[in-house]
Amino acid sequence: MCLFISGLCLSNTSGAIEPDLSNWQTLEKQASGQTVYFNAWGGETRINRYLVWASKRVKTLYNIDLRHVKITDTAQAVSRIIAEKQAGNSERGAIDLLWINGENFSALKQNALLYGPWAEVQPNFSLVDADRFPEMREDFTIATEGFESPWTRSQLVFYYDSDVVTNAPGSIKELLQWAQDHPSEFTYPRPPSFLGSTFLKQALLELAQSSEPLYRHVEESDFALVTAPLWKYLDALHPHLLRSGRYFPLGSADLRRFMGDGETSLAFSFNPNEASLGILNGELPESVRSYVLDGGTLDNVSFLAIPFNAQHKAAAIVVSNFLLSAEAQARGSNQEYMGSTSVLSMQKLSSEFQQLFLGTAKNLAAASAEDLDRKILEPHPSWTTALERAWIQRYGAR
Amino acid sequence: MLRWISFAVIFLLAAPVLIGTLIAGLPAFGYFPTLGSESFSLAPWQDLFEVPGLLKSIGISLMAGLLTPLIALTLVFLFLASASGSRLDKWIRRLVSPLLSLPHAAAAFGLAFLIAPSGLLSRLISPELSGWERPPDLLIVNDGWGLSLLLGLIAKEIPFLLLMSMAALPQTNSVERVTMARSLGYRPTIAWLKTVAPGLYALVRLPVFAVIVFASATVDVALILGPTLPPTLSVMILNWFNDPDLSYRFLAAAAALLQLCISLSAIGCWIALEKFSSLLWKIWINTGDRSTLEPLCFIAGRFGMPAVLLLTAGSLMALVLNSFAGFWRFPDLLPSSWTLRHWSGSIAELATPLANTLIIGIVATSLAIALVLSALEYERRRGLKMSMAMWLLYLPLLVPQVVFLFGIVVFAESLQLQANLPLVIFGHLLFVLPYVFLSLSEAYRHLDPRWSQIAATLGASSTKSFWRIRIPLLLAPSLTAIAIGMAISISLFLPTQLLGAGRITTITTEAIALSSSGSRNLIAVWSVVQLLLPMLGFIAALFIPRLLWRNRAGMKEIQ
Amino acid sequence: MSPHLLKLQNIKIAIEGKSLLDIDCEISGGEIYTVMGPSGSGKSSLLSFIAGFLSPAFTTQGEVFIDGKNLTHLPAEKRKVGLLFQDPLLFPHLSVAGNLRFGISQKRNNKDELISSGLSDIGLAGFEDRDPHTLSGGQKSRVALLRLLLSEPNAVLLDEPFNKLDSHLRRELRAQVFDTLRATGLPTILVTHDHEDAEAANGTVVVLK
Repeated sequence: MCLFISGLCLSNTSGAIEPDLSNWQTLEKQASGQTVYFNAWGGETRINRYLVWASKRVKTLYNIDLRHVKITDTAQAVSRIIAEKQAGNSERGAIDLLWINGENFSALKQNALLYGPWAEVQPNFSLVDADRFPEMREDFTIATEGFESPWTRSQLVFYYDSDVVTNAPGSIKELLQWAQDHPSEFTYPRPPSFLGSTFLKQALLELAQSSEPLYRHVEESDFALVTAPLWKYLDALHPHLLRSGRYFPLGSADLRRFMGDGETSLAFSFNPNEASLGILNGELPESVRSYVLDGGTLDNVSFLAIPFNAQHKAAAIVVSNFLLSAEAQARGSNQEYMGSTSVLSMQKLSSEFQQLFLGTAKNLAAASAEDLDRKILEPHPSWTTALERAWIQRYGAR
Repeated sequence: MLRWISFAVIFLLAAPVLIGTLIAGLPAFGYFPTLGSESFSLAPWQDLFEVPGLLKSIGISLMAGLLTPLIALTLVFLFLASASGSRLDKWIRRLVSPLLSLPHAAAAFGLAFLIAPSGLLSRLISPELSGWERPPDLLIVNDGWGLSLLLGLIAKEIPFLLLMSMAALPQTNSVERVTMARSLGYRPTIAWLKTVAPGLYALVRLPVFAVIVFASATVDVALILGPTLPPTLSVMILNWFNDPDLSYRFLAAAAALLQLCISLSAIGCWIALEKFSSLLWKIWINTGDRSTLEPLCFIAGRFGMPAVLLLTAGSLMALVLNSFAGFWRFPDLLPSSWTLRHWSGSIAELATPLANTLIIGIVATSLAIALVLSALEYERRRGLKMSMAMWLLYLPLLVPQVVFLFGIVVFAESLQLQANLPLVIFGHLLFVLPYVFLSLSEAYRHLDPRWSQIAATLGASSTKSFWRIRIPLLLAPSLTAIAIGMAISISLFLPTQLLGAGRITTITTEAIALSSSGSRNLIAVWSVVQLLLPMLGFIAALFIPRLLWRNRAGMKEIQ
Repeated sequence: MSPHLLKLQNIKIAIEGKSLLDIDCEISGGEIYTVMGPSGSGKSSLLSFIAGFLSPAFTTQGEVFIDGKNLTHLPAEKRKVGLLFQDPLLFPHLSVAGNLRFGISQKRNNKDELISSGLSDIGLAGFEDRDPHTLSGGQKSRVALLRLLLSEPNAVLLDEPFNKLDSHLRRELRAQVFDTLRATGLPTILVTHDHEDAEAANGTVVVLK
């Protein structure tokens, strides 16, 4: 018992050393020997395997111990940071690096819970060519201002069972007609789940008279007026959904399962490789194919951020820089590992590094590269919250 | 020493629990300085009561909280009344351990796969009998009235109540009482219900309360089986707490306090129900009726509970099948291909989580059983019932975990405690202790005092009679309490994750992390992994006493 | 063994303001003092008080002495007062020998011999390893008596010890218990509601109301 109590009191007293951002060599020296606790979603074995590989590499290259803290929801990490702040822990934070984007980033930054700016200090930041690709400096329209560093890209893709479906809808408007012709073969996750809210945004962007107000704060426009076409659309769509719209699934996993069980024949995901991974895992039939809507689909970049009180900031920056390297990004785009889309700009890479990416052949079930070029930027995050609230108000209680 | 330990329990455990709850509850009144709100207001409550469907959510939580224990306990008692000592009884006893060890979420998931329109049961009759080439579009799982949620909860709580009843039964003199009543002309099932049931209920009352609280506040079962439009209050709290928009945390805190009130109201209703039933029982006993209800009770007892257990066993089977399944199209009864890939991919790095799980479970449970036994022994010697402070120890079960743990993390952080193994063990202790306490306390209090008195007149000190008489006589319920404590510790996710800052990995943190992919196969693999450790504990708890007392017939009926 | 003297001095027991009994007496070695009365009259409370585990719910006055030594504030295990209930209460997890050994003082040597000779004295030679549950009612009672005697008490309390036995066994066992207690010179208090018990005890009889 006494041992137990003294164990509780043993607190690591070494505070954080401010990283020297002016000199990369000094920073690498500071980073050497540190341990980086990287909080990242742990729900995919491939991602976990990728991070095991990455931690071996940073150990060899920089003498950094990279530990993957597997979380199920970014909210867990956010909760921890808030708790630490509330308790006055400003330099011994338990999280060094965090996989994040969109609303979570906006919330943390607004409440001064992030460290920065640091992202553009990284030598590899130039590889993303942020001047040509503004989305590398903008997360859901919020300027990142160097508080987070790009890591991977994702895009909304639709997938269907080609054994059953021959005419997959090419737009949100066509989807309504398609659902009427194929009753109960489609559904979408309930907001405020990430994917459910994404569906609402995608639909609104296409249905709204102009998408321009969506890129400003929601309070600057007439919400009811802008969203009226969306509600009219959903009112018409719901009776034709799975379970006649009396039930909405939880997230992408449910959509995948409904398709695998033959309940639905059209679904969507924010992971362009959802279908190919699903087939590989035996969750989806081999006849599944993916595509992007004719007018393009929502696309976003996810980032790495460092909490304001992280204990090992220098090493976190060095790890982030490594994850942004051509070597790491190429490995990440490999199907056996992350299977994600790289954030690097090919033109910025030497031909030797470009070769690394060519080896990653595309799967038949995945969306084609031309498809994935049709991108729509994420609206302002205030719209997400407002749409979620409005949806729950209208449909949340039957 | 005992006195010191009793105070230690209160200060070391009750204080953090109370402070944690307070910290977690303050945002409900608008106070949350970290988010820039430093004045008190009732706005979160106004927001809460404007949430669409709130009343329905509350209704479903209350209904689950009351009907789950009512139906589960009725079925368990009818079973014991009709089947004690039969061959069926022996079989069921063997089945209890694995079913009890199945994690809640896994059981719910397995059940969903069993009863869904595309589930095993539907495949059994498709397409030949039903004519279904595709799954029918029926809202069975996640139905609006929470019936599948109720079924899932009943199926999961029956093994728990059955085990608690089996551990308490030897103290009720059941064989003697039933024999006596039968000699007076009572049919066996009626005899059991009239002479054994009231005494047995007194022994399992606290576990029943735990079921009420769990059923009215469950998150993991409700997420999988519960209604969605609106979801149960507990699920709403989780959603609000996890919302990227941090202003939802005020709402979540208010709702967490509301949830606490709902669980307490459910207990209040249950106590009223107890009074009513005890009146009914008295009237029924006074009628002197010996056989009227016998056939009904007998059939309900022999078939009711076993049918529900069969359903859970079916869910378990479905999980095992899934863990080896390749693609599995509807309406195939079996997967079209089999694979070991789900297993080989998962098991690779099991050593550290396994070691952590064992260390945390063993230390937390040992501390819990030591503290509980000290408190109970102190209470016995002083002739006092547990002090009010001990009731605080039930708060961790009553306040929604996400909200409560946030308070605990703030508390630990302000004491500058590092997120390490001892802190995680401490967090586990907060949840393990109440379960160990409620599993053991009634058995301990109801032990015939004459055993200790005889020991004292034979010159045995309190310490000697504790170790040589009370512990051996209460070995079965103590081991059961230990097994339950271990099972609870092994199943804890959020306390491990939040207090350990995710750095301490256990079987369950790995399982939940990988399950968040939603892959049915991975969930199945990890459910089976999660099930094995507690199952060993329950099997040991059932068989160690039998082995030790194999030549002591009197230990089957402790008087 | 030298005879002992049990003295109950001005003992008053009450519950919730209601007086249950009021006793003042001396019981010499070998004497069997009988307390009779209907249930609820407080006769069992008297035994609990003497043995040292009366519930704090009762209010008590008076002192208990054995051989001049005041027991009233000693814990039960230090009083050396033996007790027989109407159930033999053999510890179900111990063998017959284990039960007997439990009461023998730790300082005693050759416990095994004590046990085996004790068992043959009560006609149960060779019963050491038996499960107490397998003994007959009479055998259990005799083992319980032997267990009590081996713990070397200075006084004995009998709480309706023959109540649950059938009449034939009852007479036989009663004779055996009383003879043994008289022979060992132990002051004894018998609580009963059976007049035959009282007659056989052949000592002072007090009747509570």
